Amino acid sequence: MVEILDNIDQREMVINMGPQHPSTHGVLRLELVLDGEIIKKVTPNIGYLHRCFEKYAEQMDDYSKVIPYTDRMDYVSAINQEHGYVLAMERLLEIDVPERVEYIRVIMAELQRIASHLLGIGAFGLDLGAFTPFLYCFTEREKILDIFERTTGARLLYNYMAVGGLMKDVHPEFKTDTADFLKTFRPKIKELNDLLSYNDIFIKRTANIGVLPKQVAINYGASGPVLRGSGVQWDLRKNDPYSIYEKFDFEIPVGMGEMGTLGDCWDRYIVRVREMEQSLRIIEQALDGLPEEGDVTEAVPKRIRPKNGSIYTRSESPRGELGYYIESNNSASPYRVKARAPSFVHLGMLPAISKGSLIADLVAIVGSIDIVLGEVDR
Amino acid sequence: MIEGFINNLPMITILVHAAIPLTIILVYALVAIWGERKIAGFIQDRLGPMRVGGWHGWAQSIADLLKLIQKEDILPKDASRFLFRFAPFMMFAASYAAFAVIPFSSSYIGSNINIGVFYLLAVTSVLTLSVIMAGWASNNKWSLLGGMRSAAQMVSYEVPTIATVLTVIVVSGSLNLMTVTEMQSGNDILGFLPNWFIFQNPFLIVAFIIFFISILAESHRVPFDLPESESELVAGYQTEYSGMRWAMFMLAEYADMLLLSLLGAVLFFGGWNSPFGEFMGGPAWGFFWFMLKGLLLVFVMMWIRWTLPRYRVDQLMHICWSILIPLSFINLVLVALWEVIFN
Repeated sequence: MVEILDNIDQREMVINMGPQHPSTHGVLRLELVLDGEIIKKVTPNIGYLHRCFEKYAEQMDDYSKVIPYTDRMDYVSAINQEHGYVLAMERLLEIDVPERVEYIRVIMAELQRIASHLLGIGAFGLDLGAFTPFLYCFTEREKILDIFERTTGARLLYNYMAVGGLMKDVHPEFKTDTADFLKTFRPKIKELNDLLSYNDIFIKRTANIGVLPKQVAINYGASGPVLRGSGVQWDLRKNDPYSIYEKFDFEIPVGMGEMGTLGDCWDRYIVRVREMEQSLRIIEQALDGLPEEGDVTEAVPKRIRPKNGSIYTRSESPRGELGYYIESNNSASPYRVKARAPSFVHLGMLPAISKGSLIADLVAIVGSIDIVLGEVDR
Repeated sequence: MIEGFINNLPMITILVHAAIPLTIILVYALVAIWGERKIAGFIQDRLGPMRVGGWHGWAQSIADLLKLIQKEDILPKDASRFLFRFAPFMMFAASYAAFAVIPFSSSYIGSNINIGVFYLLAVTSVLTLSVIMAGWASNNKWSLLGGMRSAAQMVSYEVPTIATVLTVIVVSGSLNLMTVTEMQSGNDILGFLPNWFIFQNPFLIVAFIIFFISILAESHRVPFDLPESESELVAGYQTEYSGMRWAMFMLAEYADMLLLSLLGAVLFFGGWNSPFGEFMGGPAWGFFWFMLKGLLLVFVMMWIRWTLPRYRVDQLMHICWSILIPLSFINLVLVALWEVIFN
């Protein structure tokens, strides 16, 4: 009898989750070792969306031609990716950016953050089987994309920011459009909370699942909502302010373990919901402070050829700390561009936090760290 | 009455008689699939199908069916050929066979047998078997996981389903669904309420709630759609199926939903009895009322599907074994006591 039980114990099943699987958020492949439905081991296999971003950047013969490629890294929050890159370039070139440009950038970045979180939250709900919140989120995201479309002409990959300024000014009704969105969006957050966040089944599925303790999160180099979900108050917009973020009054929501253990999936999720509210506050203040006059292209250099040197600049993308390391050798194209992608770092934590959970939990964990494969693979 | 009829009729008439539920199922499935998409659209602030057929895309299901018929019949290389082919048809056959004892109207029931409820529950158990068969025969790990989940889920939830059905049987004293329905005729409760079982005994309301939760799980609907949970197991036991075989699974799933809803309508809501007593009574209206009650329950199932997330495997089992089963048995005892004391 004992012998048979021993044999059963050893029979593990190796199964491939992805690259074509409904809830791996793109082309992630997870190699699972299963005992029944319990996960013994997870190995993420990446690279299915590798597009040689860093190598391309070296071959562009123009620093500003890299910007469209940054869009394609995290295609869910393209504005934030561009923002990080132009910040680094401006610091390298020591350009002062007009105030109007800074305000527009902040508004755009925060709108993009809301859009990105909406997608993350919606897809998370979808992973847990809640289909309707996903479409509610998309309806709201659509309104943001409409604003972007009217200003930049594109809905996903904008190529809107330029080194030292913007490609063009916002569309004439930008202020009223954005204000309208703010007005209609606030009640929708409450609706989302009623439908999903405080739903009993949803809480049961996410509380105490995929717990990422504070110290582990810091050791792995987590950032953004994943780190804040573990209760660490760390947001680059506050802790290392860039652009004009120090002018605005907003809070950093952190996970508090309300529904279970600190750092579980529900904490990471609710941080995103609360961040959307804070982003709304920032946009409101920025709309009030937005200077009426000003040429957004006046500080854009005709020719970009930085001196020998290197720079590392980090900014807070919706997924965490997005860093750009740019090295210049005084030529038309960068000698080296390295992007530090938060999704990549977070994916590295997956084996550590999903061991011993069920397949259904793994889906929840992957959804809660909200990775974008374009950014993981670059 | 009908039984006597049939014995004297030629074979062809018997076949027509037996095919009536099939017609009902097929028409219902086309309407219900379209309806589910429209309901989902309505709940999600969108339109749903709008193009095919002109008026609100009414012909969408027919178009889909035609497409599925034309699809290539794909058989996985290492699949167990016979079982793989057989599973969808067995599943549909089981749901269809169970319709035989459903009294659609006061003058039509497929087979008026004494052990109707017992037969229905026994035949629907075959559904579990066909799901496991499909999961195993596909030779796909996701299918196997789906089949395993389904086996555990359906076997477990059969217990509370049967326990609640038993509660009604305690009140009615008959296993014949026609007799059960006839017992619920008239409007005597509080002077105006119909004599439906759900109004007769407060504990039967509890029984109905348990019954409804259990049939949600039995027919794999959200929040208990684990065997085919698409975000976890791709499509569970259906992963390798395509074309017509997949359509059979869908048909069986919708038929199962209707079957269990109709069973609920018979046991708790008076079957083909009109809610207004003699008004709008009679066989034809009876059929209308019966389908209306069944479809209302189907609608509630769809409504739940588009609102809630899904439970996890262990939570599903927890709900069944430590909440529903004890509750349903306690309820059975209480109903029996109520019957002894008041009737």
